Amino acid sequence: MADRYRDGVPVVELRGAVALLGTFPALAGVDLTVESGEVVLLRGPNGAGKTTLLRLCAGLVRPESGSVEVLGHDLVRERRSVRRRVALLGHATGLYDDLTVTQNVYFWARAAGLTAVEATGRVTAALLRMGLSERLLGQPVHTLSAGQQRRASLAALVVRRPELWLLDEPHAGLDQSGRDVVDALVGDAVAAGATVLVSSHELERVAGLGPRVVTISGGVVVDDTGRDDGGGHGV
Amino acid sequence: MSEVRRFLADARMVAARDLRIEFRSRVVVGQVVPFALLVLVLFGFALDADHRTLRTFASGLFWVAVLLSALLAVHRSAALEQSEGTMDALRMSGLPPAALFIGKATAVFVQLVLLEVVLLGGLLVLYGVQVVDPALLVVAGLLAGVAVAAAGTLYGALASGLGVRETLLPILLLPVLAPVLIGATRAFDDALGAVAVDGWAWTGLLAVAALIATVVGALAHGVLIED
Repeated sequence: MADRYRDGVPVVELRGAVALLGTFPALAGVDLTVESGEVVLLRGPNGAGKTTLLRLCAGLVRPESGSVEVLGHDLVRERRSVRRRVALLGHATGLYDDLTVTQNVYFWARAAGLTAVEATGRVTAALLRMGLSERLLGQPVHTLSAGQQRRASLAALVVRRPELWLLDEPHAGLDQSGRDVVDALVGDAVAAGATVLVSSHELERVAGLGPRVVTISGGVVVDDTGRDDGGGHGV
Repeated sequence: MSEVRRFLADARMVAARDLRIEFRSRVVVGQVVPFALLVLVLFGFALDADHRTLRTFASGLFWVAVLLSALLAVHRSAALEQSEGTMDALRMSGLPPAALFIGKATAVFVQLVLLEVVLLGGLLVLYGVQVVDPALLVVAGLLAGVAVAAAGTLYGALASGLGVRETLLPILLLPVLAPVLIGATRAFDDALGAVAVDGWAWTGLLAVAALIATVVGALAHGVLIED
């Protein structure tokens, strides 16, 4: 299938996207275009629709109406073509409690289509990159702290080398060094040419990345003014 | 890597993962197998430990115990994908849903075979049965195991999607498995010399049930986990 996004098509293009959670319109007609290599900070009050917007871009929520294109593909008809190239860090870990950290990350690397050799090469590097000590790698996930599990979740995404990162409150549950790791991860992703949409209430951290700030409220984009100056807009 | 080899590698990976989780958590060994043995013992109490009666009904009691225990294994298998957002991660991984289905069904099948072996030992010891046609016993046990594992995995995904798996799964699954129960019981009746029937003919029904459950499951799993 042709990959139009390589020819200058936006990485994310939403036109009048409406998404329901049950009968509640979590997104009530979102228009948003994100170009390749951008870092976009989604902000807004709780319940504004940030998480639903990220899940919509991941193809995990079906739009009720409007159009959703990611990496040049229509997400309703071609979502399976897109998903392997997209990483979503949600609120849950996406890890199996009874497997070790290494087994989890290796499984997700293989599930994403990496060969055994590729996966083996990337897994340990990704885990160490996330600041997890070698002592923890052989531990079952349920024995780790919430912050350590969060780092392992990120490692499971890093090994896939996605083109689009969707990060939902990535700093939540992390200590200072963990937050630094997340910031470095986003910086590395952008340097590698990836695009990042991040929902965060910790504006001062994300501001360092010079993001475009998009404010959502009531399921619609209410402000898309451009770059954050780091001045703390308050949500 | 060809598409078929990639598909089989994905399915094998999922099966290995589920079995590794079961090995670590020991739910099957520590809970499902003891439950099945307990059911066999309770049947013995209910029938007054009369060996002649027990031998006559051993096949049916065996398969009822297998099906009840299979509910636990199937529920456990489905629950693995419902915690900590692992189903979302699976959707995002791009893993073919059919490979996921085959892998999960294979893991359940392996657990069921283990369960059947232990329960057969229970039949020999507790009920005093004798095996007169081992080949028929093995073939029927394997075919019924495939049918139960495939149908269980399919209905486990369906019930999980509806969000009421604990209570709904038995109501959905047991009626579907009634033909398997009948076929497997008749085949075992012959294999154990309990009733004069053509057990091999009943394995045909088991083969058809196993094939239908596997094909329908592989085709429908994508719809079930997406919607």
